[in-house]
Parts: sequence; C-alpha cells; structure tokens
Amino acid sequence: MTRQESNANENVIHGEWHIRYKYSIGKVAGKFFDGLKQKKIFATHCAKCDLSYLPPRAYCERSFEPCDGWIEAGDEGVIEAATIVTAEFENLPKPPYAIAYVRLDGVSTAMINFVRELDLSNVKSAAERLKPGARVRVKFVDKPQGRITDFHYVLLPAQPRGG
Amino acid sequence: MAKSRVAVIGVGETEFKANIPDKTYVELAQDAAKGALDDAGLGPDDIDAVVFSMAPTQFMGVNDADKWAVDSIWAAGKPFMRVHTGGATGGSALHAGYVHVASGMYRTVLVVGADRVAETPDAQHVLNLIWDLFYEHDFALNTVTMTALSTQRYMHKYGTTEEQYARVVVRSRRNALNNPYAHLKGKLTIDDVMNSPRISWPYKLFDICPRSSGAAAVILANDDITNRYSSRPAFINGIGGLTSTVFMGDRVGPYADVELSDEAEFVRAGKEAYAQAGITDPVKQIQVVELYDPFSSTQFPQLESLGFCERGQAQKLSDEGAFDMGALLSVNPSGGTLCSNPIGVTGLVRVADAALQVMGKAGAAQVAGVRNALATAIGGSVQFANCTILGADYV
Repeated sequence: MTRQESNANENVIHGEWHIRYKYSIGKVAGKFFDGLKQKKIFATHCAKCDLSYLPPRAYCERSFEPCDGWIEAGDEGVIEAATIVTAEFENLPKPPYAIAYVRLDGVSTAMINFVRELDLSNVKSAAERLKPGARVRVKFVDKPQGRITDFHYVLLPAQPRGG
Repeated sequence: MAKSRVAVIGVGETEFKANIPDKTYVELAQDAAKGALDDAGLGPDDIDAVVFSMAPTQFMGVNDADKWAVDSIWAAGKPFMRVHTGGATGGSALHAGYVHVASGMYRTVLVVGADRVAETPDAQHVLNLIWDLFYEHDFALNTVTMTALSTQRYMHKYGTTEEQYARVVVRSRRNALNNPYAHLKGKLTIDDVMNSPRISWPYKLFDICPRSSGAAAVILANDDITNRYSSRPAFINGIGGLTSTVFMGDRVGPYADVELSDEAEFVRAGKEAYAQAGITDPVKQIQVVELYDPFSSTQFPQLESLGFCERGQAQKLSDEGAFDMGALLSVNPSGGTLCSNPIGVTGLVRVADAALQVMGKAGAAQVAGVRNALATAIGGSVQFANCTILGADYV
C-alpha cells in the first residue's frame, strides 16, 4: 500500500493497493488451455449424467462424481444471453463491446466471451441481432497463447424463417 | 424447529448517500448500532452476541475491517462473527443472528454493518475481481453487465419492454420521497429514465442503483426479552436461503436446473420460508415486500418466483399499478435498493425496512394494516438468494 500526502483542504487520506498473484492452473484447466493452443475447445463430460461442462470441471456438480471424459466442443453455438456495453467502467475495456453466454454445440452449459465483428453503432438494432437463439461461430486469434482470450464469437448470418 | 421464537425489537439506520465525510466507517456502524439499541430500549451490556454484516472490504479500503469495528459496536468481550455472501450479506447475517437466538444459545443478538461503496472510484473494478482469472474475468463482467445479460434473456422470454422497467424506477424514486434515509429520490417520468445515458443494454443510467455509504442494525431477541421490552415487535416467522453455482452459464439453456433470468432460486427459498411462516397465499397474506433490487429489472423475476403472480405477469401488474403503495402489494415502500445500495448492509436494510412496516414505525412510508412483510437479498453472481418473513403475530 502506498500513501500519498493528504491535502488538508480535502480532509481525506489517499491510498492504493498493489498486490501481485500467481494463480496455479491445475490439470483440468491446463488441458483446456493446451487445447486452445491447438485452436480446439475441450469440455469435460460426466458419463453418469451425460452432461458436458464449459468451463471444464474436475467434478460433475450434479452427480458429484469425477468428470470421466473430455469431448471437443463444436465450433458453432447458440446465444443464451447477451449485452452491449456502451459506458466505460474502471479498468475494463473501452466501450462499445458485446459479450454473450454461448452454448457451443455438444456442450450442456454456456461460456462467456466477446462477440466481435458486429456493428454496434446502433445499440438497439445490434441488440436485436444478439437475442437468445442467435447462432455464432468460434473464431480463434492467429497465434493462440493458451488463454481464454484466444478466441471470441462472431454472429452467423440469420437463417431464413422455416429454413 | 426453533427452541425460541425470535423477534426484531429494535432498528437503526443512518442516512444513505454517496459520501459521509464527517464519519469514519466504524463510526457509521456505531451510529446504526446505537440507533437500534435506543429503539429497543437496551444498552450494550444487554447484547449477548454480535453478527457483523460485511461484504467485500475493498470498497472502503481496510482489509477485513470487521476487526476494526469491534470496539465501536460494543462487541468486545462477546461472541462475534462476520458474515459475507456478497450482495446477500445483510440477509445472511440476519439469518445467522436468527439462528443464534432460535437455538436458545443467546437471548439477544445485534446484527450490524456499514459500507462505503463510493470511497473508491474503482467499485466496478472491485466487482470484476469476483470472477476467476481463468475463464470469466476477462470479459468485463461486473454487477451491471452480469444482470444486463440475465435481463436481456428475461425480456426475450416474456416480451418485457424498456419502458416497463422505467416504470419501476419511477415508482421506486417516488416511494423514496417518503424515506428520510434514501440516497436517490424524486419525481421522475418514464421519459427521464428512457433518456438517461445507455450503460449496458438494456440498462440506462437510471435503471441502476447508486453507490451508497451508510449503516444499518437490528436487535434480535428471544421471547423473554421481547415480552419485557417490546409492545409491538416484528416476529421472524420464516427464513429461506439457497446458493447456486457460480457459473451463470450453467443456469441457462435446456440443461439448467435453475433459470438465471427467473432468479429461480427464490422458488425454493420462498417455499421454505412460507412453510415456516404459514404463508399459503402470498398475495392475500403479505402486504409489503422489500425486494433486493439494485436494477430496475430485478423485481419482476423475484415477484414471480416468490409466487405473487405467474411467470411473465409481473410487468403487466406493474403497469396497472398493482405494486404501488397501498395497492395489491406494496413493493419497496422505502424506495428499495434502486434508491440506496450500501452493498454490505443492503440486505439488512431490506429486513429493517420490512420490520419497521410490521412494527408500525415506517413513518411517511408506512403501509396501513401490515400483518406480514417479506425481505429478500441476492449476492455473488446472482448466486446467493435469501428471504425473510416478518409478522405482527408469531406463527
């Protein structure tokens, strides 16, 4: 913690916290992040419940059994919830940006990421395109680093009605 | 089953506003504790144990400041614990205090806390840090964006409009005019809300609660103390609480066991509390609810999950005025969380304001003929849910 000189007129004392961490990844996340380096998204699977999890889990949280397998998630999926952020929050990305929970094909749960390559100049019409049920595909960066930010979602063209 | 019945016999609140520069954090907590003791007619020596209601300490900037508060709230020499379930903290702290008394272990418990959310300009940064750095932290999640996501989903399911949420804000700010402690209050129009700056779809600025400072406290007592000190207590007749997975993405889609946008945790939490309190028809038996509603969209799914109407119907009832003061159900006569959000005690403020309604001490915000009132709290990634039923009669 650092403490700056207090301004007598302001009647406050200034402070800041600077704290560093190293987060251990573990085996399960380790396999997931290794997959990202190969541009693949791996989900854990519980045979007892036939549920597959993203983010991956060591244990199935329904059966309380260890997840006993891995499956490769589809590279397309469906939006379950989305928002478009147009205000700046401290220490968060510059607006505007869109984020969405997407359930990738073959996976039981949804995982959040940015939705990019979408015109956000008209928020209302962009939000219309991000409604639950809209289809997206996964797009990887050219050189994945084994981080969750190695990929994002992009909208697929809307399917014609009844098609 | 409870060994002793439990009642709220004293309530203390401070004013809620962005900054309270003439008091430190612990002095604020002390003001609320003193207010509750005075209201109950007790002194510090009459309190057997203390529960401290405190959420993330990064807002006020002293790590684990519960230890700093001990002397100020007269807890030294007594059993003391801090409770923390994020935004649900105040409700959880109340439940801990309730169990202390209901078990027969203590005669009296002080539940107290304070917060100073505006002490740092980095509040939403702090809230972003509640997500893990592996999978979710990088995607700008905070309390605003996480609930914007669930609100967009709710709107899609039930056809809710932005104007219907704006009407909730108008009602809340209007109700807050009757609450001397409320942070935001005033006469707004739906257009005022609709024209406020866009923040995170579908939220505009006025759909979002303020960052408040302030403190709250309640005194819980067993039968003997209640009979001696209170002629009109608020009995705690039912409590219910439920925790969900941290992953919001597990709570959407066909495999979800609870639905994120419906705040479906309240279905089970409500059933538990209603069964204890003898509530079989909430609309007929409950006159006031104090809902934890930091956003304009938070009321509808809670009202539906708690059985006040069918899914997707709360918006229509709201439009018709059913949730106005003295109507079918008085929703947040205090103005609620939309008007004041000192996060670490907000759930306790909901209980305190509900108790005041039952005790007939709500002043200009008083609803006539309150026999039962319900208070809720939500925390984490919309993950911790709890509710408390307060009654004029012991059940």
